[in-house]
Amino acid sequence: MKASDILVAMLVGLGLWQAIVVVTAAPHFILPSPWRVAQAAYKSRVIIAENTWVTAIEVVLGLLIGTALGVATAIQLAMSKMAERLMLPILVFTQAVPVFALAPLLTLWFGYGMGSKIVMAVLIIYFPVTSAFHDGLTRMDSGYRDLSISLGAKKWHFMKRIQIPQALPSLGSGLRLAAVYAPIGAVIGEWVGASKGLGYLMLLANGRAKIDLMFASLIVLACLTVVLHVAIGVLAKKLTRYAQGTG
Amino acid sequence: MSRAPGIYLKGQHRIEERVLFDTELHITGGQWTCLLGRSGVGKSTILRLILGLETGGTFKGEFAASDGAPLTERISYMAQSDLLLPWLNLVENVCIGAQLRGETPDRARARSLLARVGLSGHADKKPATLSGGMRQRAALARTLFEDRSIVFLDEPFSALDAGTRADMQDLAADLLQGRTVLLVTHDPAEAARLAHQIAVMSPDQVRIWPVPDSAPPRNVTADETLKCQGALLAHLRGEAA
Repeated sequence: MKASDILVAMLVGLGLWQAIVVVTAAPHFILPSPWRVAQAAYKSRVIIAENTWVTAIEVVLGLLIGTALGVATAIQLAMSKMAERLMLPILVFTQAVPVFALAPLLTLWFGYGMGSKIVMAVLIIYFPVTSAFHDGLTRMDSGYRDLSISLGAKKWHFMKRIQIPQALPSLGSGLRLAAVYAPIGAVIGEWVGASKGLGYLMLLANGRAKIDLMFASLIVLACLTVVLHVAIGVLAKKLTRYAQGTG
Repeated sequence: MSRAPGIYLKGQHRIEERVLFDTELHITGGQWTCLLGRSGVGKSTILRLILGLETGGTFKGEFAASDGAPLTERISYMAQSDLLLPWLNLVENVCIGAQLRGETPDRARARSLLARVGLSGHADKKPATLSGGMRQRAALARTLFEDRSIVFLDEPFSALDAGTRADMQDLAADLLQGRTVLLVTHDPAEAARLAHQIAVMSPDQVRIWPVPDSAPPRNVTADETLKCQGALLAHLRGEAA
């Protein structure tokens, strides 16, 4: 994606939005114009910034903790056949429970603060990270395994020196997914019960019929997700280059 | 390195109900044995069996070293693919055995081995930046780093171009001198050049093929080498027909 392409796409989007506002003559409390939203964003910049900060911290902490847990689980599964047999079915089963349905429960357990939102983000990214990394750890060139056996490799050193480095590109794919899911988890958590964050601000603005502020929060949230996606994309590329020895 | 032992193998290998081979093989200690035969006759399986690798079947019989000591951790292995780890430079790749066993690697020795295979200027480069021939030389340095008395080579030169292959054969013959080498190959010319002993494998027997009197690595253009190569090729074609 080139910067110029992104700029053109944004201008086209804004143009379409403005055209719909003009053509449908929708009242501003149903569909505000881009200009009105920009004004609202500027006017409420402090409150938007404060709430963005809260959501960003929830998302980043959720990503870090979820990734750490996912990586540890994947390594454990790949190291032990027993763990794989016992835990894989449980993992798949937990995926059948929609994480959104757990949000009220998590709010009950972890409170209205950041805790429940971070747990939400962790839960939503845990499986994609675990499953992508586990795939990478177990899908390997059998030649490396043969070589390692002939060299008298110890299990853990084989994991550390060969399995983990060669699975880094797969971890990168898992992280790309996680970057998209983590903000969803945090915002849903905020919808269910919070006193801070962009999701909370959207609900608040909606309740007070400040639809322009709601739109502004939504756009900031989208920007936050895009920034995260791009940053993780760069990291994932680095991981792949490292594993291929071309970095 | 201890004195290089010979290896004796006798038995039957089955994949499900099918008998892959039922045979007897003597590998002479301290010499090069080249194992030839049609594709699918089980040449690589013999090598994998002795190395303790997965063979996809079951073996009934025995194999042992001539000195009676266990074979495990006395054999180093080199395959057709160089199996260098792309994320490590050549020095680290050469030491990988020590790393995988949790030992402290002797990097100075790895560098001197890289110099012996002609890669001293490339020791800190990653494999992706090197040619196929250079990568296979690095794999040879990794094999030498283990300093084991037995070396198994599974078609290690077959993916190289003719000139590079001949260079690699000379280098390997020189550096692996005195070790017990089992080379699995498809190439009669390679066997005629390198072998002290040629074993031609078919499902029910291993036939020992006469080799020229001169010591390997033999001159490729010498009459006796060419004759041996031609006769081997004719034999292999006859078997395939």
